[in-house]
Formats: sequence, structure tokens, C-alpha cells
Amino acid sequence: MAELIQAKPIVAGTARGKALVSQEPLSLWGGYDQATGEIIDRRHPLSGQIAAGRVLVLPYSRGSSTATAVLLEALRAGTAPAAILTTAADAFFALAGIVAEEMYGNGIPILAIDWVDFERIETGQWIDIDADGTVRLDE
Amino acid sequence: MEVDLTPELRLTESDRAMLEGQRGPADQMAMRIVTRMAAVVGAERLMDITGAHIDSSLYLGEATLEFAEMLADRGAQVKVPTTLNVSGVDEAGWQEWEVPANWAEKARKQMMAYERMGCTPTWTCAPYQLESRPKFGQQVAWGESNAIIFANSVLGARTERYPDLLDICAAITGRVPAVGLHLTKNRAAQVLLQLQEIPVELQEHDSFYPVLGYVLGKIAGDRVACISGFAVEPDEDQLKAFGAAAASSGAVALFHIPGVTPEAPSVEAAFQGREPEERIPISMDHLRAARKELTTAPGTELDMVVLGSPHFSLAEFQSLTPLLEGVSKHPKVQFLITTSRAMAALAEKAGLLDPIREFGGRITLDTCILTTPMLSDHVRSLMTNSAKYAYYSPGLLNVNVAYGGLAECVRSAVHGKIMQEDGIWQN
Repeated sequence: MAELIQAKPIVAGTARGKALVSQEPLSLWGGYDQATGEIIDRRHPLSGQIAAGRVLVLPYSRGSSTATAVLLEALRAGTAPAAILTTAADAFFALAGIVAEEMYGNGIPILAIDWVDFERIETGQWIDIDADGTVRLDE
Repeated sequence: MEVDLTPELRLTESDRAMLEGQRGPADQMAMRIVTRMAAVVGAERLMDITGAHIDSSLYLGEATLEFAEMLADRGAQVKVPTTLNVSGVDEAGWQEWEVPANWAEKARKQMMAYERMGCTPTWTCAPYQLESRPKFGQQVAWGESNAIIFANSVLGARTERYPDLLDICAAITGRVPAVGLHLTKNRAAQVLLQLQEIPVELQEHDSFYPVLGYVLGKIAGDRVACISGFAVEPDEDQLKAFGAAAASSGAVALFHIPGVTPEAPSVEAAFQGREPEERIPISMDHLRAARKELTTAPGTELDMVVLGSPHFSLAEFQSLTPLLEGVSKHPKVQFLITTSRAMAALAEKAGLLDPIREFGGRITLDTCILTTPMLSDHVRSLMTNSAKYAYYSPGLLNVNVAYGGLAECVRSAVHGKIMQEDGIWQN
């Protein structure tokens, strides 16, 4: 049976992908290879994982202000996550989604969820996201 | 849970004119991005800024270039004095390195786009070393994490953490969401770090500050922090290194040091009279663990020593010179300093660059090893005095890194192998 979570859409949209979850915040600059979608922060628990096409679930973005530009490059190159869920409205991720919409007419959904819901999501689960922020977790 | 996508954002007539396109297509695009972000962060109004520092000028690929050219081609002009962060290429010196010609050309086109928008070509991640730096209380929109934390903490200017792409929109519109660190109430410290029995000898040492900053970032996350218990007064370069580290390992945008930084005459003032959410004692154990984490190199093999993240200051050039006297670097090791054109010009005038050349060192301007593809694949092992380089190099450059103070870096370059000095870290 699917579980439902109501998220707050920061940049609304629909997506489907397998969850990639970490409790550890991530800086995309130095942490995300825009050419391949690999997590390359060698001190991060997700190091070596490919996030392209996945639903990336993180507490928030960390560090460098170049993070948004990395995500924009990944969006253009087709190596971005399918969607990003964070525990608060993350301005860095949201901005990349907004600018991609301005420039290319489409971005990716960026949503905020509660901590309680964050802890219900496990890596590998299939996730469906609706434009109204409904997040469906498959078993 | 209620979904509330559009909190009430009150716009002025001028904001609205920009948004509706009456001031041209560039202002419209920039204002649309600013107002959408204002909604994301829940701002009720926009406010004026009096300056900006742009990190978006860094070439990362087609998208960042297209974004810059889209704005410039639409006639964008910045409305406030605006400095530029590092570029994607050293215009004068890139041919001496491994930078592909195609990269250099595109990075240069991106530089040109920002110059066309009226930005000052400062090309530095340390704009606070320039005379034009903001004054206490000034509202600005700065990008670049190390510049943001320095502006807020050391200068007492006020900026949020502006991400790439938003910084230039703020400069073009002269407006930002009135939230976060722009507002006094949000500048109070939340967490108190108390230094416990850290030897004065270590506190006086340049290698202490990046390590302490790394600890701060890990502990504070994105909170405003107050650090107490300093036995010495750190100088600007030490605070620069400290902040850059905290903004790499964490998302810290403002710290207070009682008696040192301008908004903290006392611990009570740093907290604006509130109680700390958390009090965390910082011991030598924390510092030793952090220092160890900054090094990933498994052995002593060394290919290159790199100094200057954030960009090397005039004072740092002055500290380096005596260490180079009578020695030269090992032939198998490269020695590089990354700095701004402004600091290099001052250092040249003061006669501080010749000793570096005689030592066998090189200088790269306007950019750094993380932002331009200048290093050869043969460089596998780096040593640096910068926690920021140490933090990002393994991921961005796929190299091993060793961390050490300025003197350790020079000694390692001379001997051709990593030589870390544990002495001051042992007590």
C-alpha cells in the first residue's frame, strides 16, 4: 500500500523516481558532478551514488553559493535529480528550479517536508510527486 | 497541512513597474526571479541594497553562460556598485596551464557579459580586501560563501547567503527580499562555542583558524554562532581563513567573537540578551579530530603546494617572504599562489613577488584551482594551508590533500614531500 505525504511545493511540478536519502546536508559544488549526476563529495555518505533521475532527499543544502549554478547546469545537461525534497524551504535548490523555468521553460519539483515525514522515506523507494505537493511512497 | 504558495508580498510602484516590463526585459526577468524567491523565503516586502558581489560570473558550463548572456543581451545594467567574484579563467596566464582553449573562450565570454552589465572587474573571492568593501550596517547582496560570512561577521555589513543567479538579479533590480540576516533580530547568535584550555601558542598560530572554522561549520550548521574564550585577538586573515572553513564544512553566514567582531562587544550582546540554544565546549580533542579530517592524503607523496583560498592578501604575501629566504622548492613539486589582480599589483609594488619566483613558485590571478581546469592529471596529491581548498579539492579535482600551516606548506615544498608538524597540536 502506498503512503501519502503532503509536501509544500517550493517549485511545483510532477516527477517520479527512486528515493536517494541522506541525513547529511550536501553542497552541490564539489559535491555533485554536473556531467554525470554522481555525488562526488568524498566525505559525504552518498559519495559515489548517481543522483540523476532520483528523488534526492536531504535536510538542506550546505556550503558554497555556487550550488544553484551546478544544479542549473545539471538541469540543462539532463543529469539533475528528478526532484529534490528538503526539510525546510531551501532557497538554493528552489532558485535553480525557478531560473530553469525562466530560461528553458521547465525545472524540477522542489518540495519541503516535515522532519517526521523525512524520516519515513528510505533510499530505493519509488516516489511519485504531484503538482499540488502530494508525495506518494511505494512500498 | 495547508499549502500556502503565495504569502502576501507587498511591492512598491517601482517594483511593480519592473515586474510588468516597463523598465525593459532584463529588469523584468531579474525582478520576476527576485519576487519568486521572495515568496519562497516568505518575505513580506523587498528592500534596497547599496552594493553587490556577484558569484554567478564563474563559468561552469553552457547554462551559466546562457544565463549571463540572456541578461546582458536584454540590456541589463546593475543599479548598485557591484564587484565580481573569481572568474573561470586567468585571462593573462591560462596558456601556461592545462586550461582547454574552448573553456578559456567561454569563460571569457561569461566575464564579458558581466562587465557589459556594469560590474567592476575585481575577479576576487576576497572582495573585502578592496577599499570599496562595505561599511558597518550597510545592506548588500553578496554571493560567495566566504565573502558572505566575512561581510556579515567581520565588517558588520548585512547580507543573506545569496546563491549564484540571484546575486546578479539583486544587483540589476537593486532590491532583495527583506528577510534573514538583513534584519537585526535574525543576527543574534543561537549557539555558543566555548574554547576550553586551548593553548595560547596554538591560538597564535595561523594553522589554528581553518581547523577551528571547520569545527564551527560542523557544529553550527546554518546557525548564527558565538565563539568565546579566545586568548588572542585574531587578525583579518585569520578571520578570513576561519570563516571560509566554517562556510565550507557548514552553512554558517555569521559568527560573533566577543570583543573582536563589531556586533559583539560582549557575549550578551552577541545573543541580543537571549539565552543560547546550546552551549558547546570546544576542546583540543575536537580540534585534533578536525585537523585529521582535513587531510585525506594517505602518505607523504606530494605533487603541489597551493596557497590562496580565499585569495592571498598583501599581509599573507608579507608573511610568506621570510619563509622563502635562502631556499627553493623541490624540482618535482609545483608551488602556486592564487590571488586577485589587485593584491598581486600591491605585492609586486612591494617587491614581494620576486622572492616567490626565485623560490620557483607561480601566481595565478582572478581564479583558483577549483574554478578553472588548470591542473594536469599528474597532480594527485596537494598540500594547502586553506581549509576550503582542503575541503573541496578531493571532490572537485579528485586529488588527495594534506592540510598544514604556511610554514609547513613551504617546508614540504622545499623537501618535496608532505611534512606536517604535530607539535603544537599535541598539548
